[in-house]
Amino acid sequence: MASASPTERKSPLKTFGYPGVSLDKDQVQHIAMLARLKLADDEFAETVSKLSSIVEFVDQLSELDTDDVLPMAHPLNESQRLRPDAVTEPDDRDHVQQNAAAVADGLYLVPKVIE
Amino acid sequence: MALHALTLTELRRGLERGDFSSLDVTDALLERIEKYDGDLNAFITVTADKARRAARRADEQRAAGTAGALCGLPIVHKDIFCTRDVLTTCGSRMLENFVSPYDATVVERLETAGAVVLGKANMDEFAMGSSNETSYFGPVRNPWKLDCSPGGSSGGSAAAVAARLAPAATGTDTGGSIRQPAALTNTVGIKPTYGRVSRYGMIAFASSLDQAGVITRSAEDAALLLGIMAGFDERDSTSIDHPVPDYVLELDRSLDGLRIGIVRQHFDAGLDETCASRVRDALAALEARGATLTDVDLPSLDYCVPTYYVVAPAECSSNLSRFDGVRFGYRAEEPDDLLDMYCRSRGEGFGAEVKRRIMTGTYVLSAGYYDAYYLKAQKVRQLISEDFRRAFDSVDVIAGPTAPTPAFRIGEKVDDPITMYLNDIYTIGANLAGLPAMSVPCGMADGLPVGLHLVGPHWSEAMLLATAHQYGRESDWHEACPEAYR
Repeated sequence: MASASPTERKSPLKTFGYPGVSLDKDQVQHIAMLARLKLADDEFAETVSKLSSIVEFVDQLSELDTDDVLPMAHPLNESQRLRPDAVTEPDDRDHVQQNAAAVADGLYLVPKVIE
Repeated sequence: MALHALTLTELRRGLERGDFSSLDVTDALLERIEKYDGDLNAFITVTADKARRAARRADEQRAAGTAGALCGLPIVHKDIFCTRDVLTTCGSRMLENFVSPYDATVVERLETAGAVVLGKANMDEFAMGSSNETSYFGPVRNPWKLDCSPGGSSGGSAAAVAARLAPAATGTDTGGSIRQPAALTNTVGIKPTYGRVSRYGMIAFASSLDQAGVITRSAEDAALLLGIMAGFDERDSTSIDHPVPDYVLELDRSLDGLRIGIVRQHFDAGLDETCASRVRDALAALEARGATLTDVDLPSLDYCVPTYYVVAPAECSSNLSRFDGVRFGYRAEEPDDLLDMYCRSRGEGFGAEVKRRIMTGTYVLSAGYYDAYYLKAQKVRQLISEDFRRAFDSVDVIAGPTAPTPAFRIGEKVDDPITMYLNDIYTIGANLAGLPAMSVPCGMADGLPVGLHLVGPHWSEAMLLATAHQYGRESDWHEACPEAYR
């Protein structure tokens, strides 16, 4: 891994655009499936080129030497607070389900999953 | 003076003196919204009837002697905050018909204090954008120049306040979404410390970065609102239990001996020259009031934007997985099967930028790439935070520009995501490190506003607000109003 001290580097305002990693059509198709996103045919080509430019852009992080650095888990180094496992919310099902596309008898309806 | 021209604090005094009623103020502002918002598009929903009812109730409470701290004061909520029985769209087709069954804690606290909600402000879709152009409901226009963007993602909030359609608005800030629009519209915007304000009922974008704040016309007004919004909330697991000072009382702190850090790289080639000279003037004004200026170094500064565009998309891809067309949100017509329903509901319900970020996040978290991108970014984030920690050993506040240029034209940057992302180059560091930061009006560049950016150590909101307030006494830039909206 190449490493450079940050002060020797130019501002990303000036350095963006250098060739590096890029994504191909098949990779983007795979990512879209993992993300459960169906892209329309006319948005696919643009997505490939823009995602590639984003990945190239963030790839400049690989220039930094971070071998001895601990990853940051929380902006204030606090740990996640847990609450007691107790019922605190009242039953508001009918009100909440007014936002669902399809419900019946208090259940959410989806296309058939098991034949 | 016309009611719309008054700040929140001035309105409060007028209501206390009985110069006018909350209904008078509410009616005057609703009339302005009707008159001007066709051009500006700052609102997604105007809650006129609800607002008038709340104003009448506030007037009754005042008459009965039970007025709260914000009794009868009109505000606007960014449409990312859930408001019970009112449309909450987050700027997305996905939530075009979503009527929230509950109130966000921020909404609840402000209403308990007596605030009157005029409506819900337009925003970039799911707060992902720096120009308000990603909104499903169309771009917001900048009151200073209608063919320009007001910035984003809290662009509707900023435009509403700048055009005097409301004295104050809530906003959220994940990478600069309160501060950059504040800078581009000549308003005051504050993003508090991570965990300062409850995010319960605030639709999540990137949970290790998101924080709620306000956009107002003065530091005094921001102090008033933040004092009500801040504080521990057990319903938000990221809320931190830390005492809330009286921000309004602390505004009178003197600037004598305040140590201000200046980062040389902030004034590099990327910064517009006129913006640079306005910011330098502001720094000189702070020095004249007793502050001292010192150079500080943030060696990892250049890596803030790329780090952010790994961490934020990663968290967004996880947060937005909840939109599956089942419990709420858009569902595609006649799906073939469950998978088709998920993929088409999300493909049709989300706009292009949101889909790009979900896919970027999915990629950096996927098997084989996690270490190279996500873990790497979290390590660089540690370096960036350490830079700030070291800097705050020798200074009290870091000051510089909020945005690299004044407002840009709508359409100018929308086709190039990286150029758009670099708009937030000065603001993102505060989110990565969880620090409080604000933008304050500091002058004009060719008729467009310029913002001064102030960043402080964790929990230093009172010091930032006081610094902004004292600066506002020295300069009157925050009082400038676009001519058409006086």
